[in-house]
Amino acid sequence: MLLQQLVNGLTLGAVYTLIALSFSLVMGILGILNIAIAELFMIGGFLGFAAIAAGLPLPAAVAVGMAGAAAIAFLIEKIAYQPLRDAPLITPLLSTLGVSIILQNVATNVWGSDPLQLPAEWFDRRFQLGPVSIGAMQLVVIGVTVALVALLAYLVQRTSVGRALRAVAENRDIARLLGVSASRITLLAFMLSGALAGAAGVMISLHYAAITPYVGVETGLKAIAVMVVGGVTRIFGALIAGPLIGIVEVLTVAYGGSQVRDLVVYGLMILILLLRPQGILGGARTDLGQRV
Amino acid sequence: MRAIAPQPLLDLANVSKMFGGVSALSDVSIRIPEGRIVGVIGPNGAGKTTLFNVVTGAFRASSGAVTFADEPITHWPSYRIARAGIARTFQNIRLFASMTVFEHLLVAQPHQGAGIRRFLPARRADPEAWRRAEEALAFFGLAAYRDRIAASLPYGIQRKVEMARALTARPRLLLLDEPVAGMNHDEAAELRTLLRQLQDRGLTILSIEHDMAFVMTLCEMLYVLDFGVLIAEGSPAEIRSNPVVIDAYLGSEA
Repeated sequence: MLLQQLVNGLTLGAVYTLIALSFSLVMGILGILNIAIAELFMIGGFLGFAAIAAGLPLPAAVAVGMAGAAAIAFLIEKIAYQPLRDAPLITPLLSTLGVSIILQNVATNVWGSDPLQLPAEWFDRRFQLGPVSIGAMQLVVIGVTVALVALLAYLVQRTSVGRALRAVAENRDIARLLGVSASRITLLAFMLSGALAGAAGVMISLHYAAITPYVGVETGLKAIAVMVVGGVTRIFGALIAGPLIGIVEVLTVAYGGSQVRDLVVYGLMILILLLRPQGILGGARTDLGQRV
Repeated sequence: MRAIAPQPLLDLANVSKMFGGVSALSDVSIRIPEGRIVGVIGPNGAGKTTLFNVVTGAFRASSGAVTFADEPITHWPSYRIARAGIARTFQNIRLFASMTVFEHLLVAQPHQGAGIRRFLPARRADPEAWRRAEEALAFFGLAAYRDRIAASLPYGIQRKVEMARALTARPRLLLLDEPVAGMNHDEAAELRTLLRQLQDRGLTILSIEHDMAFVMTLCEMLYVLDFGVLIAEGSPAEIRSNPVVIDAYLGSEA
């Protein structure tokens, strides 16, 4: 029973990790919280769902979710962030909050507010490993997450685009004086972040076998807690914090009841903010210093 | 002193920079001929670094015009000015805490390898940039520190990394902000030799410096700023004997 819960927690945690990386990417470059990421995650889920319903294979559905969310992220940057660049940090936070509400309304109008179910035959295949039963979709979720995290790590650490991202994240002015177009890098960070959120959305619809327009608020925002617990300044802190929060949440539901689930997750976030604001991995404080 | 070429590489015409009501630069006109090493001297707060910030686009001139290689760059964003061929070093070393020495030599070459190639491994995406980085590593004797985090290295090495980073962008004009600050006599002499080598390769250099001995032996031409106003210009010999300069600046130190 416990092992089974750990596997379930790990799957959920994998999704949290992806969304937390999505938040961190924008936070790292710009120091702003793009709240709309939670809804990009939801939209990505619906787009992936629609692709699956239209009979596309799973990899294509993931690609559709990622591309759609990245395209919306592009628009968010152009419309709700770029014009407000020189405003106080609270302003883009509010404008992305506005975008969130719009996206949620659009999804409710397009897809309705009732949960949509994925075809059951997708979720019948299960593998029995001793006492633990792993669904084929759980393996997909974990596998896709590992692949995307590896891809992101490669991109940030090994490519010229990644180097430019790190340069802008660390010191925008110096990066520009070295010939890095900070505005293009910012746009790219938004789109990469959107693509990650979109992939996570498709993953969550595979995890729950269903999707609703409220999954962004219910699940997406929890990734902020993951980001905080992992340490905002260490984007890959989410690799530890994601599975941790996922497992804590699943165990809480299994042994404490689902009514205290959010209390435990967000309580953990507040505890970390109070006791260890630099996150479990250390580094600079969450609210200060260099990022990425 | 040779006659100034009709078209200087860098031309500042009546440039002023105001911060609120304070004038950091007033009506400064400077012409830097191609291939020369030119110095800017002046007491602290004279506006020397502000001058660099205006040239590189970090600050926008309040009035006046900056022309570089016949292009009006006054209102260009700083990354575009960098790509046009102006690189700089900083008075306080500005390296990236997360990057190795070698990464610093790649980061100032971001415009190489357009589009999708930028997502390939750096070496394959832009072999030219990689080769230039290796070259800079050798030229500055930094090979031993290649994969070390640059910010963890001794001060003198960090200075070299910063200058190497600036040069990998293949600038036509190099701006140096107090390059010998914190260096001993031998290191300064080494730097002078190096800068002369770069000049022989066709680089134009504009240097801010406090070390008078260094400036007088390195530069062929000097501009003197005081409270944001250009008070003198000329060869080192002319500057040394200029009563206005001695009064404002040199007198207290010489």
